[in-house]
Amino acid sequence: MTLAPNTSSLVSNGVTARVEAGQAGRSVLKVIATPFRAVPRSLSITLGFMVWIAVIGGWFALTYSGAVKEMFLPRPESVLSTTISMALDGSLWEHVFASVQVVLIGFVLSSIVAVPLGLTMGTYRIVQAVLEPLVNFIRYLPVTSFVPLFILWIGIGIEQRVAVIVFGVFFQQLVMVADSARSVQRDLVNAAYTLGTKRGDTVFHIVFPATLPSVLDVLRVTMGWAWTYLVVAELVAARSGLGYISLKAMRGFQVDVIFMAIAMIGILGLCTDQLFRGIRRLVAPWAN
Amino acid sequence: MDALNLTTKPKSSDIGIDNVVLRYGKGDNAVLALDGISFHVVPNEFCVIVGPSGCGKSSLLYLVAGLEERTGGMIVVGGKPVTEPGPDRGMVFQAYTLFPWLTVAQNVEYGPKRKGIAPAERRAIVEHFLREVGLAKFANHYPSQLSGGMKQRVAIARALANDPDVLLMDEPFGALDSQTRHSMQELLLRIWDHSKKTVLFVTHDIDEAILLADRVLVMSGRPGQIKKEIRVGLPRPRSMDLVMEPNFIAMKREILELLKNDEDDEH
Repeated sequence: MTLAPNTSSLVSNGVTARVEAGQAGRSVLKVIATPFRAVPRSLSITLGFMVWIAVIGGWFALTYSGAVKEMFLPRPESVLSTTISMALDGSLWEHVFASVQVVLIGFVLSSIVAVPLGLTMGTYRIVQAVLEPLVNFIRYLPVTSFVPLFILWIGIGIEQRVAVIVFGVFFQQLVMVADSARSVQRDLVNAAYTLGTKRGDTVFHIVFPATLPSVLDVLRVTMGWAWTYLVVAELVAARSGLGYISLKAMRGFQVDVIFMAIAMIGILGLCTDQLFRGIRRLVAPWAN
Repeated sequence: MDALNLTTKPKSSDIGIDNVVLRYGKGDNAVLALDGISFHVVPNEFCVIVGPSGCGKSSLLYLVAGLEERTGGMIVVGGKPVTEPGPDRGMVFQAYTLFPWLTVAQNVEYGPKRKGIAPAERRAIVEHFLREVGLAKFANHYPSQLSGGMKQRVAIARALANDPDVLLMDEPFGALDSQTRHSMQELLLRIWDHSKKTVLFVTHDIDEAILLADRVLVMSGRPGQIKKEIRVGLPRPRSMDLVMEPNFIAMKREILELLKNDEDDEH
């Protein structure tokens, strides 16, 4: 059984308006209750929007009704005005810049080693045999437990925060990139051989381009984790950054600043996510 | 016919297979996949191996390509013993193996590019072979935008553009619907008529085997052995109409009989 692409085409001539409405109503219900079936774009946008309105509306209701004390949950408009005043006096950008800088350095350092190494690990069983036991052990260690150690080893400068991000992201990237390299269709490599590809060129000529879309997905996902580890590192030892101002705001009961910092991290995360989606569309147009 | 304006005439070599043995696993778990296979394919010949699934016919092709290692025996292509895969043995696979990140034209260009052929000549080669398979209009499409039949046509063009000495084809039309399969078979006959490459073609489809082949090798399974060799001898150019001819039907009956006996042996 297939459903017609739009409800109106379900209705053939000679059917009364009442039946039309009934059929249309049933079929919309049927459509949205069918697994994996696409829903109209307008509907999904509207729903996404309504959820935001509900959340913010709930926020207003909780604060204005006095159900939650303002000390714990600031009013929406005070978060907005704090954001505006910190944006105007420049302090917001200073902390955003500090955080973005650490995330980018840590993420890039990790990625430029993890991607080629992961591709090699997924392609050559011998590299996998060497690295996998160690990597699988390390990647289950909680990053947070290493923060005191990093402070002891490298102090509380930017290097420490970068180290936390690298440590948190690198091993995950390595394993995920290796997995996507391993899943390259074997006959694709065989075809390349019969066309004159040398064994040593396989990673660069076949495995790398074949896995490019999934590698970019790995980078996009691990970028989100990098933001998480950044806040962990900044909460413990930093003198600037969004995690740092959150901690400082907690000591001064400035809940609105904490909310602003969280929202900023969310927005920045959303931006990097979209950036990676854009890059993927640009460099791997064939994968859509 | 569109003349091939390339500097050299297409190459064509013989394939010698001598007492080839393939065994998987070790000890009690060892499986004998191929047991002493020997035959010779002469230059320009279209040789088809037909056999039930699992008889080791694909493995034999992978051995000739150098993609798998044989347990024993000798394989010689164009006077050179096969030790590893190489561009002298082009292959079309059953699975779709176009590089999804390259356009149709770039896929066909891949082999010549590896060989270091100059860009201008590469373009001429690509154009020629895309025209041969009737896909000149799709040069800038990505494989994901093509149907299964079109993908396999590009795969044939890609293999031929590399000017291999022999062309190995592993059930290339096995995944296609029957109408597409028939038009692909006629297309392949036409292209082969132009290039006269030595072809070693593997299939389980008896009609396909007789229609295409100069010679059909009937293979039995477990362990794989050549059961019989049948010279087709039907006049060329051939078309699908042949399947109604008494000669064709007689050969088909013979092969069916051979494969049926094989099944009975197993029980």
